[in-house]
Amino acid sequence: MADVKAVHKHNREPFVHINKRDDMSWWKAWLVRIAAIIISILLMSLFAVMLTGNSISEIFETMFTAVFGRIETGSYKMLYKYLQEIAILLCLALALTPAFKMKFWNCGAEGQALIGGLGAMICMIEIGDKLPNGVLLLIVAVVSMISGAIWGVIPAIFKAFFNTNETLFTLMMNYIATQIIAYYVYIKGGGSNVIQPVDTGIIPIVSENKYLINIIVVAVITVVLYIYLKYSKQGYEISVVGESQNTARYIGINVKKVIIRTMCVSGALCGVAGMLLVSGTDHSIRTGTVGGQGFTAIMISWLGQFNPFIMVVMTALFKFLEIGMSKVAENAQLNASFSEIVLGVVILFVVGCEFFIRYSVKFRNAKKEDK
Amino acid sequence: MKKFLALLLVAVMMLTMLAACGKKDEKKGDSDLKVGFIFLHDENSTYDKNFMDAAKAACEEMGVEYVQKTQITESNDCYDAAVELIESDGCDLIFADSFGHESFLMKAAKEYEDVEFCHATGTQAHTAGLDNFHNAFASIYEGRYLAGVAAGMKLNEMIENEEIKPEEAKMGYVGAFTFAEVISGYTSFYLGAKSVCESVTMDVKFTGSWYDETKEKEAANALIEGGCVLISQHADSMGAPTACENAGVPNVSYNGSTVKACPETFIVSSRIDWTPYFKYIIKCVLDDKAIDTDWTGTLETGSVALTDVNTDVAAEGTVEKLEEVKADLMAGKINVFDTANFTVGGETLDSYMADVDTDADFEKDTEVIEDGVFYESKHRSGPYFDLEIDGITLLDRNYGE
Repeated sequence: MADVKAVHKHNREPFVHINKRDDMSWWKAWLVRIAAIIISILLMSLFAVMLTGNSISEIFETMFTAVFGRIETGSYKMLYKYLQEIAILLCLALALTPAFKMKFWNCGAEGQALIGGLGAMICMIEIGDKLPNGVLLLIVAVVSMISGAIWGVIPAIFKAFFNTNETLFTLMMNYIATQIIAYYVYIKGGGSNVIQPVDTGIIPIVSENKYLINIIVVAVITVVLYIYLKYSKQGYEISVVGESQNTARYIGINVKKVIIRTMCVSGALCGVAGMLLVSGTDHSIRTGTVGGQGFTAIMISWLGQFNPFIMVVMTALFKFLEIGMSKVAENAQLNASFSEIVLGVVILFVVGCEFFIRYSVKFRNAKKEDK
Repeated sequence: MKKFLALLLVAVMMLTMLAACGKKDEKKGDSDLKVGFIFLHDENSTYDKNFMDAAKAACEEMGVEYVQKTQITESNDCYDAAVELIESDGCDLIFADSFGHESFLMKAAKEYEDVEFCHATGTQAHTAGLDNFHNAFASIYEGRYLAGVAAGMKLNEMIENEEIKPEEAKMGYVGAFTFAEVISGYTSFYLGAKSVCESVTMDVKFTGSWYDETKEKEAANALIEGGCVLISQHADSMGAPTACENAGVPNVSYNGSTVKACPETFIVSSRIDWTPYFKYIIKCVLDDKAIDTDWTGTLETGSVALTDVNTDVAAEGTVEKLEEVKADLMAGKINVFDTANFTVGGETLDSYMADVDTDADFEKDTEVIEDGVFYESKHRSGPYFDLEIDGITLLDRNYGE
């Protein structure tokens, strides 16, 4: 008897089996992702219902009003503001995409955008009154792209020549960027630790809409980046380096050059985001100008499967939730951090569901049935 | 997949049920007016809580709807918040509570000419030339002066009980930034104490932040170690009061009573009560009257208030003495910044040019001493007293991060 028991013990299977799988079709994978997003939103709405005592339809009504404005006013200001929010986050996500496709984990969008914004701010303050606005804007654009690119290329050089860990390197560069901004604000702030908004070198307002140019710029970047990644030779090189550096070397691609060049592009695009924020809307700079969006952008790029058009949809969804939920929280006089909690949970679900796409989970009993 | 679908269906069903039983909570007021408030932090900050409580009280009393936006940084966020309050909430009157909000609020004021904008502690309304942008502050230096009197009496008591010698009567003060609002605050506090305790001196430390509990606590502890026997503060967290309670050092608080957390050390607290101002601006908008460009609340308007004195800690007779001094202040018998009561570099001042009109170079533009009195809050509501008077030692300076 004792022997039989021992055998049984020996053959005991674990409660769950986790197997890697590569067989999930793309539409099934997307079904899982969409389901994860829907479930997380429903869950958080439920949470909001419990906290606020409003009905779910009221919560969605509040969210729509917050994002699109009150319909009866006939004003499109909130809608444009929403598009602007999308544009900035999307620009950062787009900026990260070439690097990510190369499997270079650029976590430094925050810092690269801040430094790009700083470049713009310095031009606006220092040479603002000396040049006509058109010329100045051109300089502002070039300077912010170059400063962003420099901030991006430093970790790339170290990665290419010394194989340093780019995730840590780019993260650390964020902190340096933040401190540089803090120091600049200290110099220029004059006691109140706020740089007063300047009125030189700002992106002009077209047909009473101060966000229109920002939105158009990012729309153009979206299309161009899609073409660049999908149809250009450089885009192809990025994919090959991302798949396997050895293959890339074997077919004669200069891997070091590709890494450095791609990070220049990535950094410069982050610089554009910084410029759009500083020259386009804020007309001032502070450590929180980018407001952590450089990190949210990582999620967007990842979730969009490095496809710029899917990223547009994801950004729209994220921003809708962020703006909407903060309004729900505000109306119920909950803490303003509520919308951040909601976004955190949604991100958790999205990241979590990738696990179920890549691995299959089988329970012990289910396995027995299979037999 | 089936299980998953079933789960999804259950979830949807539950939500529909909840949706059906959710109750509607309307906060409709008597009139169409809706007031939007923009706050730097939330109720965890004593500074913002003071505004939030007043906003609630004033709006409920006047029967108007209101929306409160918290955690709005001193940046373009403030402009965005104002636009949102107007566009998606339909507010007709916007108020922001922090110094750095001002320029961004002005940006919105230029855009929405038929909405009224009010800003506390600001300095630019009187030169901005905008009809719909207004500043407000209160003569809180009078409140600080009164709080200083209570502190001075406590020091006298300690000297009488021979706990300290007269020359050891040194107070400590935790300030946020080295600029007029804070300087005016601690100077009036010191002058209040000096009016009853001649030998008093004071050390000041700055944290470089309006709200940093750790830094404020550390600063208070450093002051206590440096021999300060009584602490007061101009910063918004519980940092300094908590440090005092732990060390058993008496504390004069700001922005509201901290007696619950510090029953053994809290003496009294001065604060600005914003309810009178909020009621005033709401009434102006309802009656379609112009709001003052620069409004200064006083002891008379009820804007400058003291909390109840904690008689367990305060010296005997404090309550009576405060009533007496308050009456003298209101009658104009005492001027807080009477030049006869302080010296700068050993000399009595007879003239001082202050930076009243805001400009990039901080140019000193207005004579503020008349008939031997430095008139604070006369030329604009926001404080401009920035003299470093004798008897107060600044251990450090902090103009920002």
